[in-house]
Amino acid sequence: MSDEALHRALGLTDDEYALVEGVLGRAPNHLELAMFAVMWSEHCSYKSSRLHLRRLPTSAPQVLVGPGENAGVIDAGDGVAIALRIESHNHPSAIEPYQGAATGVGGILRDVFTMGARPLAVMDPLFFGPPDDARARWLVEGVVAGISGYGNSVGVPTIGGELTFDEGYAQNPLVNVLCVGALPRERLVLGRASGVGNLAVLLGSRTGRDGIGGVSVLASAGFAGADGAASLDEEKRPSVQVGDPYEEKRLIEACLGLLDEGLVVGIQDLGGAGLTCAASETAARGGVGMDVDVTAVPLREAGMAPWEVMTSESQERMLAIVRPEDLDAVAALCRRWEVRSAVVGRVTAPVSDAAGRPVGWLRVREGFDGPVLAETPAAALADDAPLYDRPRARPGDFAARLADDPADEPAGDVAAELLASLVDPAWVYRQYDSQLFLNTVVGPGRDAALLRLAGPGLPESERGFALTTDSNPRWCAIDPRAGTALTLLEGIANLACVGATPAAVVNCLNFGNPEHPEVMWQLGEAVDGLAEACRATGLPVIGGNVSLYNESGGRDIDPTPVLGVLGLVERLVAPPPGWTWREGDTVVLVGPREARPAPFPLAGSLFARRRGRTGGRLPEFDERALAACRLVASEVALACAGRATPVAAVHDVGAGGLATTLAEMSAAAGVGLEWRDPRGHAELFTEAPGRFVVATRDPAALLARAASAGVEATVLGVAAGDRLALGETCDLAVGDLAERRASALPAALGL
Amino acid sequence: MSRVGVVVFPGSNCEHDVVQALGALGGRAELVWHAETDLSGFDAVVLPGGFAHGDYLRPGALARFSPVMGAVAAFARAGGPVLGICNGFQVLTEAGLLPGALQKNRGLTFLCEPTTLVVASTRSVLTRTAALGAELVVPINHFAGSYVCDDSTYLALVERDQVVLRYRDNPNGSRGDIAGIANEAGNVVGLMPHPERAFSALLGSADGRVLLEGFLASADDAAAARVDLVAAP
Repeated sequence: MSDEALHRALGLTDDEYALVEGVLGRAPNHLELAMFAVMWSEHCSYKSSRLHLRRLPTSAPQVLVGPGENAGVIDAGDGVAIALRIESHNHPSAIEPYQGAATGVGGILRDVFTMGARPLAVMDPLFFGPPDDARARWLVEGVVAGISGYGNSVGVPTIGGELTFDEGYAQNPLVNVLCVGALPRERLVLGRASGVGNLAVLLGSRTGRDGIGGVSVLASAGFAGADGAASLDEEKRPSVQVGDPYEEKRLIEACLGLLDEGLVVGIQDLGGAGLTCAASETAARGGVGMDVDVTAVPLREAGMAPWEVMTSESQERMLAIVRPEDLDAVAALCRRWEVRSAVVGRVTAPVSDAAGRPVGWLRVREGFDGPVLAETPAAALADDAPLYDRPRARPGDFAARLADDPADEPAGDVAAELLASLVDPAWVYRQYDSQLFLNTVVGPGRDAALLRLAGPGLPESERGFALTTDSNPRWCAIDPRAGTALTLLEGIANLACVGATPAAVVNCLNFGNPEHPEVMWQLGEAVDGLAEACRATGLPVIGGNVSLYNESGGRDIDPTPVLGVLGLVERLVAPPPGWTWREGDTVVLVGPREARPAPFPLAGSLFARRRGRTGGRLPEFDERALAACRLVASEVALACAGRATPVAAVHDVGAGGLATTLAEMSAAAGVGLEWRDPRGHAELFTEAPGRFVVATRDPAALLARAASAGVEATVLGVAAGDRLALGETCDLAVGDLAERRASALPAALGL
Repeated sequence: MSRVGVVVFPGSNCEHDVVQALGALGGRAELVWHAETDLSGFDAVVLPGGFAHGDYLRPGALARFSPVMGAVAAFARAGGPVLGICNGFQVLTEAGLLPGALQKNRGLTFLCEPTTLVVASTRSVLTRTAALGAELVVPINHFAGSYVCDDSTYLALVERDQVVLRYRDNPNGSRGDIAGIANEAGNVVGLMPHPERAFSALLGSADGRVLLEGFLASADDAAAARVDLVAAP
């Protein structure tokens, strides 16, 4: 194969090949070409999205580390810092669901302990096609089993996530994973090399041929899909890595031990693009060079070519930068944890270029003093990928779409509509260890997870933190800008239900093919919507991930920005109120009863989606809703601190609308409610976020606090009896709601 | 004060939780690396939950060969209190310190959920301070927690009062709803549920305390006996 043909096979365009020639001042050899191909892949370089991501606000007083490092870090108080990261593992999971999902968990954990943080919890937002055929069920069961099999064994609790079924994900499921970790503030480590003469030590698994080209072949191209050449997709299976949670567990303990003992000056995980990425990024960040001896890398199989060693994505590996005098201590600590360690490189001094600027060179050698096989400025690989401002085009039907309001849809059978919205995801989360470390106060299945901020090696604290992941592709398909902003509001409302004040945001932007101008428009709009909502709420974005080429058979997925929102609770000594109201409680809607501009918008609701209506105007990002979030958060925080509050139960209004929220609370309590005067089906099923159903034994106090906070509060009724009656149109037995909710998911999966 | 050793195999993951819960109840617990061969100085031993040696081959099958297990067996033979929680229970059965075995759950999925346990015997180092017939809400967290044994073993367990905890609503298919058993002397106990995860109402249940307190009392008794031995002429 000629080099021109080779670069295309590796995923580089002709223009990109010319750029590589410009950087090197000569034609690249095969090894160099392979290294540029993986580092300049969409997955590693964000070449299509970086231009847009710059518009996100990233600073706030609590931010210690913003985007660009392995994880974002904030100061949580009491000398504790929290690290947060979100990733996608969409394409590997579509090809091999168990290993794809498992290695997604493994990769995100390494990103977090690379910062010096002990991983404390994981969340998994999952999106599949309807589970009514064998392949869809294979994907669901495989992904869940992979998360369970890896996460439980590696010893990090999985505390929540999301589960969405929609036709658009049938061929291209989305498997996102978020990890949060905590560390003593002063132990923060950054993934950079420093100190000329220091050693680069490869820790963990041996390197094999698995996952070669994962970032370029797999993650940066679409699928042929059901109608295309499915056999071609099958051939991508060897690009999926295989995970070993036992190796990872020992690697975590060894690395945290090395950091505790101060034995490493920098550390970096090997993820996408493998050793090439770790070596070039640590060198580029440190402004130094690095020599890598490719023959010193412990191999899983004989006869691997240098380009295979340098681009393999074999799992459970870390690159540590170590002072030569500490090498023996590092090796001894690794031996204790049965973790392999090998010196594979050394830090070299930067060399002045023609203009007198210092340039750190990454050299791949055969033996430390042997011949140079590849030679390039480290920063050229890590930072100098081309930046694309790809064409963006607003879809031609955008105005017509917004005008197509589903308000004219007849109500239909309201009771049946409500029952169809009740799905308990317990079948999924029962398979996850959600309790390890004795931190989980509110686990999966509720509005947000709430944990004690505690762990081995952390300073004592009574603080807590809350996490939620949110997305709404139904909103974002209509209007990605407004939809993404509302998604952040939904996340803030979820945090409020467990008493948490939002502190930071991470985002995983799952979109279709960036070469389609409409997809790039969606991406730009979503970024702007998030930026606007962050500015309105003062929240920083501290990290993110972009997953493009989510398409199959020529069809792009609906825009699916997933937001992870981290919240803090000042004092967590008592569990917050849950969903369970009691007989005699007054049930109050807290927050604006009517949205704007339309009072009860159905655009983007489940109600509209079931009727094939995918247009209309979304509710505004509402200041009144934010005020309701603040009120609820502060009241629930009182309960967390062991103090009195009139809030006895709380749940926010989300998918399926107010009717679904009331049904879920009735089912949890086993106690019904009669709400006499909903204003038609639109009020029951509108999903405008930032509204809460609160149950109270002291309605006067609750209404007074709402009034003084300037928050609207509407009494719906009194919890009683064993039926949920919503106006004239819906009257259901509470037992049936509970039964339907519990059985919906197993029934859908045919279990 | 008594000292409790909490054994850490590579792949264990509940060791810090056990230390934390015992510490919150006034006990003194310390981690013991699996390569250790000497348990003298400890008054009780816990094998915590997790995935010792990755659970490769089968849960507990490799851990029984860890160097520490010889000392654990000797400690048990000498009457010292030994508690195996979840993976620790699996290790104790593989090591032959408790009868029977733990198979994959009925339903073949991992289960992490609260269960209601019924105290079936108080004749053990774990259940000694609990009330017979009391119901305790304690979570399970396992893939292979279905207790199995042959008929004669089961009859012997029942006859000798060795079944210490049963599930009220059997979650995993365990024979006779067994959640935990003791050896004949009552000093070695294994159970699949995690009492350390139920030591505080903040975490959803404090029902595990009575079990951990019973175990700490057993450790204190062992310490007192040891002091007597040392003090004897």
